[in-house]
Amino acid sequence: MTLDQILDLAGAVVIAFGAFFCLAAAVGLVRFPDVMTRMHAATKPIVFGLILVLIGVTLTLRDPKAFSLLGLAVLLQMLTAPASGHLVSRTAYRDGEWDAEGAVVDELAADSWTPETGPQTTRDAER
Amino acid sequence: MIVVISLAGVMLFAAACLVVWRMMTGPSPLDRIVASDVLVGIVIAAVGLYSVLARNSTGLPILLGLSLVGFSGAVGVARLIASPSTVRRRFDRRQARQEEDSDDA
Repeated sequence: MTLDQILDLAGAVVIAFGAFFCLAAAVGLVRFPDVMTRMHAATKPIVFGLILVLIGVTLTLRDPKAFSLLGLAVLLQMLTAPASGHLVSRTAYRDGEWDAEGAVVDELAADSWTPETGPQTTRDAER
Repeated sequence: MIVVISLAGVMLFAAACLVVWRMMTGPSPLDRIVASDVLVGIVIAAVGLYSVLARNSTGLPILLGLSLVGFSGAVGVARLIASPSTVRRRFDRRQARQEEDSDDA
């Protein structure tokens, strides 16, 4: 077995692991009960799975240019996933679309408002 | 090697089917947004799989572009979304303000 074959096989195995993490994210998305838990299941395994897939592509192509492009893609993925996750979770919290009974801690509740009490913060009162 | 790659392809296909199911059933728009985010990730993985199978780097710029703009849809929709209860609350608040104004006048 030459070095090329070993690297090809290693790349294929790493890509299979990455695809498995994507599948795990999809299963979590289907099985979890509310937006917050679904988002938790969706973002982290996807980013890790993509890192694995891109390592596999690098191992198979063995090209410096491809490596730099894929490294940039991984970096962008890690930078942008928290941004979308933060905004989606903020909207979910404000619209009350989450399971408050299942939560262990809710630090936002102190300066948040409910439909009964109305706006609590000054910014909301001004609007 | 081709067996392992095919296995990865089958897993990605199953993942895409599950995500599309979640996108169709909802129930809230936020679930659909999260599902679309995951779908973009699966498409990125599939493009990577293609460039391994075809052994060329044509797909890599596509992959870079997808990971650059994939999150913007989720951000935009999550910013603009409003649940029925929020819309109702804003309506009530505006109504109350108008009544106050007419009382003053």
